[in-house]
Amino acid sequence: MSTLALLLTLIFVLIPLILSKTLQLGLEKDTLIATVRSIIQLFAVGYVLQFIFDSGNILYIFLMVALMIGAAVQNARKKGASIRGITWKLVLTFVVIEVLTQGILLGLQITPPTAQYIIPLSGMVIGNSMVLGILFLNRFTSEVASRREETELILSLGGTPKQAIQRSLLASIKASTIPTIESQKTIGLVQLPGMMSGQIIAGADPLQAVMFQLLILFLLLTTAIVTSIMLGFLSYPTKFNERMQVLD
Amino acid sequence: MKQQAAITLEDVVYETEENKIIHGITGMFTKGKITAIIGPSGAGKTTLFRLCNGLLSPSDGNILIDGEDILTFDPVNLRRRVGIVLQQATMLEGSVRDNVALPLQLAGKELKQDEAERIIQEVGLEAEILDRNSRDLSGGQKQKVSIARTLLNEPEILLLDEITSSLDRVSKQDIENLMTQINREHGTTIIWITHNLEQAKSVADEVWVMMDGTIAEAGPIDILDHPENDAVKHFVMEEEK
Repeated sequence: MSTLALLLTLIFVLIPLILSKTLQLGLEKDTLIATVRSIIQLFAVGYVLQFIFDSGNILYIFLMVALMIGAAVQNARKKGASIRGITWKLVLTFVVIEVLTQGILLGLQITPPTAQYIIPLSGMVIGNSMVLGILFLNRFTSEVASRREETELILSLGGTPKQAIQRSLLASIKASTIPTIESQKTIGLVQLPGMMSGQIIAGADPLQAVMFQLLILFLLLTTAIVTSIMLGFLSYPTKFNERMQVLD
Repeated sequence: MKQQAAITLEDVVYETEENKIIHGITGMFTKGKITAIIGPSGAGKTTLFRLCNGLLSPSDGNILIDGEDILTFDPVNLRRRVGIVLQQATMLEGSVRDNVALPLQLAGKELKQDEAERIIQEVGLEAEILDRNSRDLSGGQKQKVSIARTLLNEPEILLLDEITSSLDRVSKQDIENLMTQINREHGTTIIWITHNLEQAKSVADEVWVMMDGTIAEAGPIDILDHPENDAVKHFVMEEEK
């Protein structure tokens, strides 16, 4: 794509700006901020990636993945503010997800051990894990509050905290994982996934693009289920004290 | 003969960040007896039960079960020994059988059909109800299932929090008879929060009158016929109107 072509894409920013102004939607400021931020952030990432790919230094890959995990934790932790030690629970979850998925991909030589593969795939895994984490934490917090009577009933009958919170935990894990599974059922029918579209536009063989997209989809299934289960099992004990009483 | 204490409270205080709910209660519930707890709403009666069952811990003071500090008990064992039937009779999703079986399931055991039928009939329900969805039950039926569920743990001490408030007169009488029978046959200590003075007098051996987080008066049940404390006198008069 030429620079002129890129500049012409700004028409797609002008259209919402004009519509917002005409209909007095008040979205002009946010649209402009979003546009400027996306240009700066994406070019910055582009230059950083270029540098990492050229250098071939494995340390830079680690640094990049660590930065991704740091940003994902920062974003997700706000939703779990009521859970003690949520920052470290998120760090542990994202690290485990990253090690597990990259371990399988690299260990079985599904993808080559180069920055071109590790960084984008890590970005997708960590990004999805973050969204899943936020979904899970939102749901878990509301489930625990709405099922408090049930939880106390089970404790009062001699149940352990794990038994008492099991229904809230399973409901939250299910609810946060279902969107990933459901979206995979209609993929390719309703819309072409972003990565696959990008590859096809860039001139890749569509079947190659499909194979990579399938890899991503399967990766995200593991990411979804492992994220919610790990966060769930790390988080539920913080809802109780050592006398097995529900904390407010 | 000296009476043994099932539960002893030594200057027990319970407070939250906003409120002091229990203001230093000292007293004992006699082993093998039925004690009624009466008093106006907000007197701290339910909180006292939650302290005795270990769902809450006192902010200060000690609670002893059979002379041993409650804090030395494993919470799971404590809650099986000191059973509680809560007023709201919460039902879990599933059938009545699932709900009745809950205490055994929590202990890793299975509820046998004949045992399920026996316990459900004991609280005055038909065995057929076991297969119904627990959410379709009336308030009174839920309360009876809730009682059956707690009884399956065979607790030594039974805390009953206004368990007959949603029951009709006949069911109320059945539950009173059942509790008296459990108390006599198994020597189970029963502590019963009730708003019904008539019920307290008919089932209980002893009574605590709680007001504003303290014991206003306590003793044999007949103290309700001639209370000494003016506030208790007034409360009893109002309740008997």
